[in-house]
Amino acid sequence: MLDLLYLIPLFPLLGVVLNTFVLRGQPEKLVGSVAAAMVGASFVVAIGGFIQLLGMPAESRHFEQELFRWIVVGNFAAQASFLADQLSMIMMLVVTGVSFLIHVYSIGYMHGDEGFRKFFIYLNLFVFFMLLLVMGSNYLVMFVGWEGVGLCSYLLIGFWYTDELKASAGKKAFIMNRIGDFGFLLAIFLIWTTFGTINFREIAPMAQAYPIGAGVITAICLLLFMGATGKSAQLPLYTWLPDAMAGPTPVSALIHAATMVTAGVYMVVRSNFLFTLSPIAMDVVAWVGALTALFAATIGLVQTDIKKVLAYSTVSQLGFMFLACGVGAYTAAIFHLMTHAFFKGLLFLGSGSVIHGMSDEQDIRLMGGLKSKMPTTYWTFLVGTLAIAGIPGLAGFFSKDEILWKTFESHNYVLWAIGATAAFCTAFYMFRLLYLTFFGKFRGSKSQEHHVHESPKLMTIPLIVLAVFSIIGGYVGVPHALGGSNPFHTWLLPLISETTGAHGGTHHGVPTAEYVLMVVSVVIALLGILLARSWYLGKSPTVEALGKSSAQRLLYNKYWVDQIYDTMISQPLVKLSELFAKYIDIGTVDGAVNGVGSTLSGLGGVVRKIQTGVTQNYAVMMSLGVVLLLSAILWTVLG
Amino acid sequence: MAVELAHYLLLSAVLFGIGVMGVLTRKNLIIILMCVELMLNAVNLSFVALARHALNQEAQVIVFFVLCVAAAEVAVGLAILISVWRKRGTMNIDALSALRG
Repeated sequence: MLDLLYLIPLFPLLGVVLNTFVLRGQPEKLVGSVAAAMVGASFVVAIGGFIQLLGMPAESRHFEQELFRWIVVGNFAAQASFLADQLSMIMMLVVTGVSFLIHVYSIGYMHGDEGFRKFFIYLNLFVFFMLLLVMGSNYLVMFVGWEGVGLCSYLLIGFWYTDELKASAGKKAFIMNRIGDFGFLLAIFLIWTTFGTINFREIAPMAQAYPIGAGVITAICLLLFMGATGKSAQLPLYTWLPDAMAGPTPVSALIHAATMVTAGVYMVVRSNFLFTLSPIAMDVVAWVGALTALFAATIGLVQTDIKKVLAYSTVSQLGFMFLACGVGAYTAAIFHLMTHAFFKGLLFLGSGSVIHGMSDEQDIRLMGGLKSKMPTTYWTFLVGTLAIAGIPGLAGFFSKDEILWKTFESHNYVLWAIGATAAFCTAFYMFRLLYLTFFGKFRGSKSQEHHVHESPKLMTIPLIVLAVFSIIGGYVGVPHALGGSNPFHTWLLPLISETTGAHGGTHHGVPTAEYVLMVVSVVIALLGILLARSWYLGKSPTVEALGKSSAQRLLYNKYWVDQIYDTMISQPLVKLSELFAKYIDIGTVDGAVNGVGSTLSGLGGVVRKIQTGVTQNYAVMMSLGVVLLLSAILWTVLG
Repeated sequence: MAVELAHYLLLSAVLFGIGVMGVLTRKNLIIILMCVELMLNAVNLSFVALARHALNQEAQVIVFFVLCVAAAEVAVGLAILISVWRKRGTMNIDALSALRG
């Protein structure tokens, strides 16, 4: 099955071609089914590859497929080749599996939209690029996928481009990502000049020759991480992600929660052999991750748009993943990436179902009491909320707990405290969202109340499937302390560089501390839930009641970061360009060009006086010329 | 005093000079055209004289060519002059300065 590796990205690309050229003007059902079937086919091939990989001995679980030699210049060579190993296989399964469900959901959600076919073309194209990103066996193929998903993200955020706000949200995402990509590109250049290759599997052994803390490795890691902060919406480049919610909700679920935004985490884990060599870069990653987790979680506490809450929640959860990377718990990061894809995909699709049922209303202050009207959505949303809050038994508990435990274990107690606080906020804002949306009295308009309905089967079935995964998805990583064998950790371990020794599968004696921490994080989650319960359950907060105190205003306005960026960066740039336009462009460049023109024109004005138009003047000139020529000739002949 | 080659050439030069001065100084287009003819014939004279002196036939043949060309030139030139007269109502060359830069 691994010989067919190339089919995995090929199917979605085929879907793009079919929907672009062949299925023009065909009914929605066919267009959507073809697009979903293509991703489903990729998923099947990926499962086949996974089974084959399982059958191999743990140390040689990798398969590289070279399609063609892509760029060969001097001694630089880049192959267009795919790599299937423990890490990329998990990503392939998550990407194709979650994408398939979201494609199915979208057939219901986008029903009747005039851009229906265009939507599925973009969605398939996105899956293709995402698969390039995770399957590439070198940084350059990864970069192509990286840029491609950025493009699709831009196209899909601005999908309803006639709304100027949505179009500019797309531009914002694109530009913010560009800033990060700049770092990623520099990192690739530096990797090539340092190692002479860009292939992951070739760099890994070479990197071992460098001492821990080598300057060039630190530079590479920091530049790579700059790329990751852009794509994965970390401080300071996170502001695009909340705005990205302007796109259709399935897009938010697929691109801006489950897959694309995790690309940065994937890239850091993929480069773990470099990061472990650089304690400085590790600290930067851990701190940025932890601070982002807390920062975004606090903003999420007071947001009133259902998708904005989930967006800040995503930023926060990505922060957790980077925190895990930063303390060397790479497997925990990927584990959380996977469980997050399930429950955050579920939550976004659930919010989409709510928005659909509420006739495009997104303000949770105007919802309430939807529990009885949309039972399937409610129950699946509850599962997702419990999973993200970290309630034992669900996927989010195992992964988030592993991250917090590994942070504690690596003696970063301050980081652990930040993470635990963020976890408390997470439980609080998610249950605030749940109570405001599904409990209490209905607060919307009469016509909305009359119209509220459960979503069609095409939308609820993916919800149920994702809910099931949000429950069972965590059991592949049950820690040793709870009697599990953590097969997920064991599976990924051969890929993880062991240089720092801050992590590993070994546990000595009775893990008392681990039990204590586990209880602490459950208590924290329960406290958050109870606080949200006492504040919001059974109450019917009016629009005015939310967002009164100055602290709330600060949070509601997202710490005014957007305004700060505008004043500190955008406005000075605009002013600078105006100066350049006035003095450099109009003054210097235009002045030089016009100067040349007017000089020649003036010279011409002088010379053109010779051209009198009187024929006899020309004849005189000609005669004088003849006389001069003759004199010269005679002079030479006779003289 | 015998008429020698030098006399012919001198006459030819004088006629040519008159022609040139006429072309350069006169204002009437018809006079200018006649002066051009005068220059051509001055050259013809020198050709014939030199042919006689060198006992050479070829120069005389060139004279015939010149006569033919001059005839054509007069035909075309007069036609142009007639249209100029119709268009501008003048034969003064100073009035025809449309090519002034």
